[in-house]
Amino acid sequence: MKILLVFTALVAAAGTEQLFRGDQVLRITASNEEQITLLRVLGEQAELQIDFWRDLTGPGHPADLWVPFPSLQAVKIFLEFHSISYSVMIEDVQALLDEEKKNMTRSRRIQRSISTFDFASYHTLEEIYDWMDMLVDDHPNLVSKIQIGQSYENRPLYVLKFSTGGSNRPAIWLDTGIHSREWITQATGVWTANKIVKEYGQDPSVTAILDSMDIFFEIITNPDGFVFTHSSNRLWRKTRSINAGSSCVGVDPNRNWDAGFGGSGSSSDPCSETYRGPYAHSESEVKAIVDFIRSHGNVKSVISIHSYSQMLLFPYGYKRTPAAHHQELNELAKKAVSDLAAMYGTKYAYGSVADTIYLADGTTVDWAYDNGVKYSFTFELRDTGRYGFLLPSTQIIPTATETWPALLDIMVHVLEHPY
Amino acid sequence: DIDDVGHKYYLELVLEDVLDKDSTVNCTAEVLYHLGSKNVAPDVQFTLEGELKNTDEADNVFYNQIKSLEKELVAENIPDSHGNVSPEMEPIRRLAWVASGYVIWQNSTENTKFHLAQIKRVKQVKRSDEYLEFDYMVLLHEMVSQEIIPWQMTVLWHPQHGVQVTQDSRQPKHASE
Repeated sequence: MKILLVFTALVAAAGTEQLFRGDQVLRITASNEEQITLLRVLGEQAELQIDFWRDLTGPGHPADLWVPFPSLQAVKIFLEFHSISYSVMIEDVQALLDEEKKNMTRSRRIQRSISTFDFASYHTLEEIYDWMDMLVDDHPNLVSKIQIGQSYENRPLYVLKFSTGGSNRPAIWLDTGIHSREWITQATGVWTANKIVKEYGQDPSVTAILDSMDIFFEIITNPDGFVFTHSSNRLWRKTRSINAGSSCVGVDPNRNWDAGFGGSGSSSDPCSETYRGPYAHSESEVKAIVDFIRSHGNVKSVISIHSYSQMLLFPYGYKRTPAAHHQELNELAKKAVSDLAAMYGTKYAYGSVADTIYLADGTTVDWAYDNGVKYSFTFELRDTGRYGFLLPSTQIIPTATETWPALLDIMVHVLEHPY
Repeated sequence: DIDDVGHKYYLELVLEDVLDKDSTVNCTAEVLYHLGSKNVAPDVQFTLEGELKNTDEADNVFYNQIKSLEKELVAENIPDSHGNVSPEMEPIRRLAWVASGYVIWQNSTENTKFHLAQIKRVKQVKRSDEYLEFDYMVLLHEMVSQEIIPWQMTVLWHPQHGVQVTQDSRQPKHASE
């Protein structure tokens, strides 16, 4: 958001020496064109030194105005005289800067090493990317980081590769965070990546898996969306790509895959949460995974992790016809779900996407399955609606802990059923 | 299927106390979705097999807390981004949960599945009688379309008279940012 950028610039320039004490940011809503003109004229009075942080676009659309303390009274009198409605968004800019600085210093002190990373709280993109580097540094013979592409806003798309060697071994693909608001998934991703590293050499199943297979794990599959959930809208789901001819942003990355693309299980409206995009694989976040899996050529399982609903699902979502391997996938799901429930009693439903949740086309797992990846599953993690996307951070570790045996069941099955 | 009328569902439910997992009550219900009309709420009949716990004490504590506030209660983002709800806001949240349950019922069809996602804003409205009044702006999550729908609700509550949603209206989705 623009406010943060300006803050950073101000902080860098001024060293936060009380320069903004008493300054305010007013949110102004002009109700007609006449008021817009008045406001523009106000903005042009150089001696007032006011600045539009969010511009005047039209009547009814709020504009944010930074007013230095000496000009406050004059500006407010002006607004009230002309009956221009406003509210005080930031009462004291300096106070806000001081608070931010305090918070930033505090969390920087905390993330010093891998062993002090707090798995029981939600983190930012930077914190997770930093942690990934620490994981690789600490376990260079087991984990490496590869970049498979860039997001729409040019953020790197990073994948952790867990491998004990070999050349193009059969592989398992895991992703979390494709829908950015599903915060429990990225958090579970971090915990799980850490768990894999901890258990190699300790747990017989993990060791067996990594001794003959590789694991590829993309923890932040939609980084632009994720950043947006932190900065602006906690409930943002899609990518952040601009849609030509629309004021609505973003494509649903789980309707953008080339599998049954364009059916009734997705929307053609850019303003919709299930907008499929202008064409299959239009989203760079999706294309990067498609290209990676295609060129790898030896991926045997794709597990895509979402929330919420507590379900374990497999193809198809774009049609009601059962997949060729329905029975096997169903049995495996049944076992995984049972082992998940054994931990804390959390109940999961399971079945094909179409039977269990709803018709959805252009999904990750359907594409993977139709492209030869037999063991394609989608998890919908906790909960069932009580907190939904805003799952309390106290549930991160329990959720990750109970999901682990289910993941392991699938991975072991993949190992024991080569194809 | 009931010809020319709609679809009827027979349900057996177990109600579980959010504050005490071991406290459960069985319930049976019949839900009738009317054919065609999107503006008519489904009919619901239910029978409780047992009694709901008495909440008089907690109700009165909450009632008196709000009544004794010097300024009208105002709050935002419940739960916050990390899923936290402060203890003082828990009853406010439960009230929103109940009230949104009514709104959800009134707006449900066989093709919708709503949950309360977040309370964006709640403002207490001063009243001269003994009722408490809250003006809520909530976000409802609709599972099938995955949409987040802002909804305004005016909620009345009294320990002896229960919850009433006196006004509610769906709000336009902001072209975000």
